[in-house]
Amino acid sequence: MVKAKPKPIGEIIDYVKDFDKVLVAGCDGCVTVCEAGGLKEVQVLASSLRLYFNKEGKRKDIEETSLTRQCDREYLEPLLDKIDNYDAVVSLACGVGAQFMAELYKGKPIFPGVDTCFIGSTQERGVWVERCQACGQCIIASTGGICPIARCSKRMLNGPCGGSEKGSCEVSKDTPCGWHLIYERLKELGQLDHFEAPTDPKDWTTSRDGGPRKIVKEDVQP
Amino acid sequence: MNTTTPSKLEKILAEGHLAVTSECGPPRSTDLDIVAEKAELIKDHVDAINITDNQTSVVRLCSLASCIRIKQMGLEPVLQMVTRDRNRIAIQSDILGAASFGINNILCLTGDHQQFGDHPSAANVFDLDSTQLIQTVKLMRDEGKLLGGFEMKKRPEMFIGAAANPFADPYEIRVSRLAKKVAAGCQFIQTQCIYNMEKFKDWMKRIRDRGLHEKVAILAGLTPMKNVGMARYMKNRVPGIDVPDDIVERLAAVPKEKQADEGIKICIEQIEELKEEEGIKGFHIMAIEWEEKVPEIVERAGLYPRPNLNGSQN
Amino acid sequence: MRLDYPPNVKIIKVPCTGRVDVIHILRALEDGADGVMVAGCMEGDCHYQSGNLRARKRVTYVQHILDQIGFGAERVAMYNLSAGMGVRFAEIAREITEKVKELGPNPIRRAQEASGESTKEAVHG
Repeated sequence: MVKAKPKPIGEIIDYVKDFDKVLVAGCDGCVTVCEAGGLKEVQVLASSLRLYFNKEGKRKDIEETSLTRQCDREYLEPLLDKIDNYDAVVSLACGVGAQFMAELYKGKPIFPGVDTCFIGSTQERGVWVERCQACGQCIIASTGGICPIARCSKRMLNGPCGGSEKGSCEVSKDTPCGWHLIYERLKELGQLDHFEAPTDPKDWTTSRDGGPRKIVKEDVQP
Repeated sequence: MNTTTPSKLEKILAEGHLAVTSECGPPRSTDLDIVAEKAELIKDHVDAINITDNQTSVVRLCSLASCIRIKQMGLEPVLQMVTRDRNRIAIQSDILGAASFGINNILCLTGDHQQFGDHPSAANVFDLDSTQLIQTVKLMRDEGKLLGGFEMKKRPEMFIGAAANPFADPYEIRVSRLAKKVAAGCQFIQTQCIYNMEKFKDWMKRIRDRGLHEKVAILAGLTPMKNVGMARYMKNRVPGIDVPDDIVERLAAVPKEKQADEGIKICIEQIEELKEEEGIKGFHIMAIEWEEKVPEIVERAGLYPRPNLNGSQN
Repeated sequence: MRLDYPPNVKIIKVPCTGRVDVIHILRALEDGADGVMVAGCMEGDCHYQSGNLRARKRVTYVQHILDQIGFGAERVAMYNLSAGMGVRFAEIAREITEKVKELGPNPIRRAQEASGESTKEAVHG
């Protein structure tokens, strides 16, 4: 799922300081799972904003809501009736949800309340780790089910580099060397014979290098 | 033995001489004379001079311009190229440019991560990795093609090198990884600086067991220690460098003003010892900001004079 | 045993401090409380294993928020004491009351007073 983290409150205060009626809108999807932008985080942010502006002697209406998903039209449309009650929206959805809201409610200033970080998994509660960079052409079949693009700091396809030490990446002792993991896994799977064949340069056109991407699945189109 | 390029380094190796290379780091300014001065210090004692490419991710005068300068001095440059900062378009363009100036050696590297350098907020590229860079140079040279398929009329004639670090982890993969670079087209290897001789010899044995020493010329990398502080720093702070305690202790045991001499002595002893190691085809002496010591090391290690190729060099 | 603690301390009972979430503390401040003290069991003695430890992390998070919005982290504190430590409870209650008095009233009320608005009654005052 998409992983995000809350923006510093000061940054959000700065966005909304000139608006009187502000809606803080969460998303019940990915950002709820990573505890950055669900209803709970909406309440905390809205309360913090009220505390701040009340302390400053500024009267503002700061309201709270959370939508099933902000990245789908059907879940955003219920806001249509209420959106004009607000001067601005702080979206705690990922960058996708916040942008989609801006796309749908063109006249309304939409501000991001989280920093969207990566596609990842939950390592333990409170710890989320990156696992995929959405390159558009999955190669983990040949790398023991571990993605070198997401997990090697240099996204090497023929790793590990000379900076791999005791299982850690040269970038940080806290970062496992992706290629060390791949090697161990290939060994476990008895697939080390693949290891010595050089992997050719990757075609990055399916990644962000090819420009904004789009998937069309005709069989499900209306 | 046939050679594939006009490279002087390749010829020296092909004739069976122990090759000696060294390296110069360009300055963090436009002062190209610094490169020329460093090259001047070592030119009679080495066969080829590597020019580093923004090493440790610190912005420096570019390797290509520095290589051209020393080529114009009649010397033999090795163009170091990292894939960190350039995509395949820029990489191939720079290779063509280098070849057009008669630069015939390239060292293919992935490069340190930029977080270590002076621009940690930079985006990195890593469109290719070192192995793919080797493949690319080989494709350009042997098939006269760019990665995109375009066939060129005049090909870059590059003797292809790469680095190997026998001391990085996982250890058991280090020979396989060299084999991979050889399969990609690598012809010479300059190793990471060696301090742990025992481990290095074990690695060489594994290389010989695979017959890789006959497919690629391995130049042993050496960096003389200036003092015990440098030894401790390299031991504790530099990833992928293995400095055994006895080296640190040996330097610590001599007075401060004698430590530099002791460092040089250790380096010379290592060269003497490695000359006997089957499969070692030469030495890459990386005297970091200490280039003036290279002639002394080369002479005292019995590697001087350097072979004269009877005017066959270009 | 009857022990005196300041009459302005309003006690809200929860089954375990693990029940206290970030939003509860923020709402107390929004409603005008000058300070919030979370009194949990001794560390290692939680009946639910780690409720008091989690409460401490949440209190720390609230303090972080209060710092960010210029409210002052000192208005919120967590203490650990057992049910049998009534004397200690009274002592802590006096301690935090003194501290909050030093800090002055909840900044929201100060702002309201400055703008001449009627002061909302401080529920947790």
